Amino acid sequence: MNTAIANDTIDTSLIQRDPVKDSAQEAFHKLTETVGTPTVENAKMRSRDVNVFYGEKQAIFDVNLDIGNNEVVAMIGPSGCGKSTFLRCLNRMNDTIPSCKVTGNLSLDGEDLYGADLDPVLLRARVGMVFQKPNPFAKSIYDNVAYGPRIHGLSSNRAELDDIVVDSLRKAGLYDEVKDRLDAPGTSLSGGQQQRLCIARSIAVNPEVILMDEPCSALDPIATARIEELIDELRQNYAIAIVTHSMQQAARVSQRTAYFHLGKLVEVNATNDVFTNPQHELTENYITGRFG
Amino acid sequence: MSATNLLLVTLGLALASFAYGRSRAYSVARLHGGVRSMHSLPSHYGMMVALWCALPALAIIVGWKLFEPAVVSSFLHDYIPQSVYEAGEKSVDLYKNDIGNLVDSHAIADIQDPEKKAAAQQLANLQHTSSLALVVLALAAAIAGASLALKRIKANTRARQNVEKIVHFFLISCASIAILTTLGIVLSVLFESIRFFQEVSIIEFITGTKWSPQTAIRVDQVGSSGSFGAVPLFLGTMLISFIAMVVAVPFGLMSAIYLAEYASRPVRNICKPLLEILAGIPTVVYGFFAALTVAPALRSFGATLGLSVSSESALAAGAVMGIMIIPFVSSLSDDVITAVPQSMRDGSYGLGATKSETIRKVVIPAALPGIVGGILLAVSRAIGETMIVVMAAGLAANLTANPLEAVTTVTVQIVTLLTGDQEFDSAKTLAAFALGLMLFVVTLCLNVIALHVVRKYREQYE
Amino acid sequence: MSDTTTKVRASLKKRYAAEKRFRFYGITAIAASIGFLFILLFSIVSKGYPAFQSTFVKLDVQLDSATLGISETPTSAEMRAANFGGLIKQTMRERFPEVSSRGDKKALYQLISTGAEYQLYDEVAADPSLIDTTISLWLPTDDELSALIKSDADLSNPDSIVTRMSDKQIAWAKSLKDSGQLEVRFNRTFFTNGDSREPELAGIRAALMGSAFTLLITFALSFPIAVAAAIYLEEFAPQNRWTDVVEVNINNLAAVPSIVFGLLGLAVFINFFHLPRSAPVVGGIVLSLMTLPTIIISSRAALKAVPPSIREAARGLGASPLQVVTHHVLPLAMPGILTGTIIGLAQALGETAPLLMIGMVAFIVDIPASVTDAATVLPVQVFLWADSPERAFVEKTSAAIMVLLVFLVVMNALAVFLRKKFERRW
Repeated sequence: MNTAIANDTIDTSLIQRDPVKDSAQEAFHKLTETVGTPTVENAKMRSRDVNVFYGEKQAIFDVNLDIGNNEVVAMIGPSGCGKSTFLRCLNRMNDTIPSCKVTGNLSLDGEDLYGADLDPVLLRARVGMVFQKPNPFAKSIYDNVAYGPRIHGLSSNRAELDDIVVDSLRKAGLYDEVKDRLDAPGTSLSGGQQQRLCIARSIAVNPEVILMDEPCSALDPIATARIEELIDELRQNYAIAIVTHSMQQAARVSQRTAYFHLGKLVEVNATNDVFTNPQHELTENYITGRFG
Repeated sequence: MSATNLLLVTLGLALASFAYGRSRAYSVARLHGGVRSMHSLPSHYGMMVALWCALPALAIIVGWKLFEPAVVSSFLHDYIPQSVYEAGEKSVDLYKNDIGNLVDSHAIADIQDPEKKAAAQQLANLQHTSSLALVVLALAAAIAGASLALKRIKANTRARQNVEKIVHFFLISCASIAILTTLGIVLSVLFESIRFFQEVSIIEFITGTKWSPQTAIRVDQVGSSGSFGAVPLFLGTMLISFIAMVVAVPFGLMSAIYLAEYASRPVRNICKPLLEILAGIPTVVYGFFAALTVAPALRSFGATLGLSVSSESALAAGAVMGIMIIPFVSSLSDDVITAVPQSMRDGSYGLGATKSETIRKVVIPAALPGIVGGILLAVSRAIGETMIVVMAAGLAANLTANPLEAVTTVTVQIVTLLTGDQEFDSAKTLAAFALGLMLFVVTLCLNVIALHVVRKYREQYE
Repeated sequence: MSDTTTKVRASLKKRYAAEKRFRFYGITAIAASIGFLFILLFSIVSKGYPAFQSTFVKLDVQLDSATLGISETPTSAEMRAANFGGLIKQTMRERFPEVSSRGDKKALYQLISTGAEYQLYDEVAADPSLIDTTISLWLPTDDELSALIKSDADLSNPDSIVTRMSDKQIAWAKSLKDSGQLEVRFNRTFFTNGDSREPELAGIRAALMGSAFTLLITFALSFPIAVAAAIYLEEFAPQNRWTDVVEVNINNLAAVPSIVFGLLGLAVFINFFHLPRSAPVVGGIVLSLMTLPTIIISSRAALKAVPPSIREAARGLGASPLQVVTHHVLPLAMPGILTGTIIGLAQALGETAPLLMIGMVAFIVDIPASVTDAATVLPVQVFLWADSPERAFVEKTSAAIMVLLVFLVVMNALAVFLRKKFERRW
């Protein structure tokens, strides 16, 4: 079935006479199994044989990947390779797209994500998400951070809520910059500050896993550096999965790296190994900049 | 020659001048070595001649027709018997009207009264002279314009620029008509209002609580104290508008939220046009519905509860007005809600919020400025709505906040004061213009604020 | 299990209940809004449909020249003076010979519409050879009798009937019905007559013609002016304060209450320029000022939708700015402009308030023949009839509303059709 779909996706007659591309395509055709070690011991989240469909079109093919406690897993790959789609399965954000269908097995601490027992509301409280573009609500900085605790009823009084907000802003490294103007609208902050506000907003719910979908793509290098530092600090308490376009970023922040190509997970290994000694030809081509 | 025929003849002349101008341009071109040697295309020359032919003539016809009735009527003054003048301005108008009707129906020969007959004869003569003069003037202008332009068909005449300049000027004047309309509204209500405030103090008008313009019909009581206090009208208008908004805002807003956030495509495709139908129904139909269906139903329903509901209750008019405004609120809110970026919703879902939590706590607060702007526009519409209240609300200027009683509104009074027979210059009719001024100023303020708020909101998310 | 998990789990039930409630409010709101629409339409249609039928009575009229008071070959003046009313009364007396008292006779005559004599006159005037013969004619009945027959009430049980007719009148009606002399037919009068004090003779023809003339003027003025204004603002206007003022002004005008336009019309066109009161020409001018902003706004949107690449291409071939617009942009934007115009005209067709101000609220019997004749329009006719005390006018009003709505539906359907047919995706 796999090969059949791969043949569908790639019309061989259209392939240009480019030796690098040709070899890449050939390798892709042969690809049946992920190179490297997709599993870890004591995984926080597991995925097994995950397939994702948008209507008729299949976007993810048989992905197996674990995310361990206190580690950052980076997902890299060319545009449209399915890394964001996969990330959005991990907290069922794909539910908001009506045509999207997910098969296979995804679990958090052994609980099936798509099982009847696990409520998406609870799941998203446990698996937080930070988006590509900073998206603060049209509220004050305080209310942005307090939003999650409020809807979930995590605090019983104002003092507790204050503590959560201050604590989350501290963890996100934003508190010192905004402590005098918690009533200012969230949108009045700079881009990097807004993104850290969104991180604080996720932390405030006290999740177990944080998913980050290209969190720095809209930011300048200085703001990016701050966020990367922050990600490293957050690793102490959370499991983190980050999708990124920048290989340097993946190398800097992650412990393990997964390379996606056309909806398949091609290779996953310790970050160092992936960047210094890629096992798969496609991975090598990508990280050496020969395509993507 | 009737005005329509004259217009047709002018149009024909313009067409003829176009054809002639173009052929003339061709022959000029032949002398100079082909069309390419001319500055503009032959059809441009034709167009130039046609415009020069038609425009002066059209200006004369329109101007003439606008001022003719007033001028002719003033020429008639010497022919109206002294006795009619003594009976007041109203009877002069009536007399003139009568003569006008007699002339229109070609019944001069049947008139018995010699004075009247003479006046009618004079009117007929004046009209005849006037229309003859118009024909001569208009045609002369057309021919003069065309021949002037024909002389200008030369190789180096910039005919295209000439035509485009005229067209450009036409475009600008059309765009300015909107300004002229506003100016006309302001001037017409302002002038009459100033005349009204010379008779009735503005303080009394704005703060007085007794409204009974009928007393002013008696000459000795014009502007008599206490009869032009408009507070009951303002309060009545506010009461009915408030009831309308109480109906329209929750229904309209919730419909918009449902359609924008929950409804599937087919449901949306069916419901939106149905709501648009509600918006397209003429207000007179709502008025009829309010007066003949809703008001009696409310009255008998009140009776079963032991309440006495007036047959012209503010509730009936307000509720039906609210129904009318539902689609207005809903379509404005729909636009505003869909303009809230999806990323904001995703942020909320990502934190584990349910759909309704996202809508109530993220989407609506973000859309609030736009929604408020839309509601202000709806309020302005409710205040200015006329037919529903004319048909379903009362004339009694009660000072009450009880929705079961009858109240009256500004628009109802404007209509009542200006329909029916009365002298135009009485305080009563002038009062209508003062009310109109109030209405215009209030709705204008609401609109300016609302449109500004909505525009600022749009820019925020663009 | 973490603290968060317990707390979130505890809150879930309540939150899903709130979710359900909120969704329910949404469905209720939309269902109620659409419900209102159907209640409104139902109440109009159920009241109005009987007006499209009326009851006729078949009488054998003996056109006796003596009773009519005319000679056998009458002149037109004689015909006009002829006593057709008396003839009908006599026919009725002959049909019911037992009716003798004055009061009863009067009650008997009330069964026939006053319009019957005009119909009789028309018949005889068209064919004078009928004089002194007996003809069989279907004549209109009075509105009360008409309503009674249309309601299919049980005439043998007068107590069960709610009507202003007396028991005797009901008995006569029964007699006529039993002998097959009463028939319910399509009400042509409603579409061929002007207004009338008698409900059974009142029609919407005059109002329809008034609406047509008014709309014609509105279209002739507002379409070219609005298109020109839109072209100027969209294609030529410089970006400066003046243009801003014009734009803001147009948007505000679109939201000015319609009655204010009526005040403008009254003060400027009637009192200053002395144009005729109640005339479609003034109504058309006022309505075109009112619809201008709507058409300008939608025309600008249509012009804006034409991609700039087309303008650039035309300009690249050496076309002047005006040629670019007239040859390329305007034809492409025309479907959108027409759609906006039709919607604007539909608004104008339903407008009432400003026309009340300029005196188009008159009792119009004669069908207007030109734009300067006194006229009324369909919505104003609705307003006038809604005020009439006679019960039969309620059904006339509803029927007139139905006709008005049909026109509006047709116009809007045309607009939708235009939009769908010529819609382009660039």
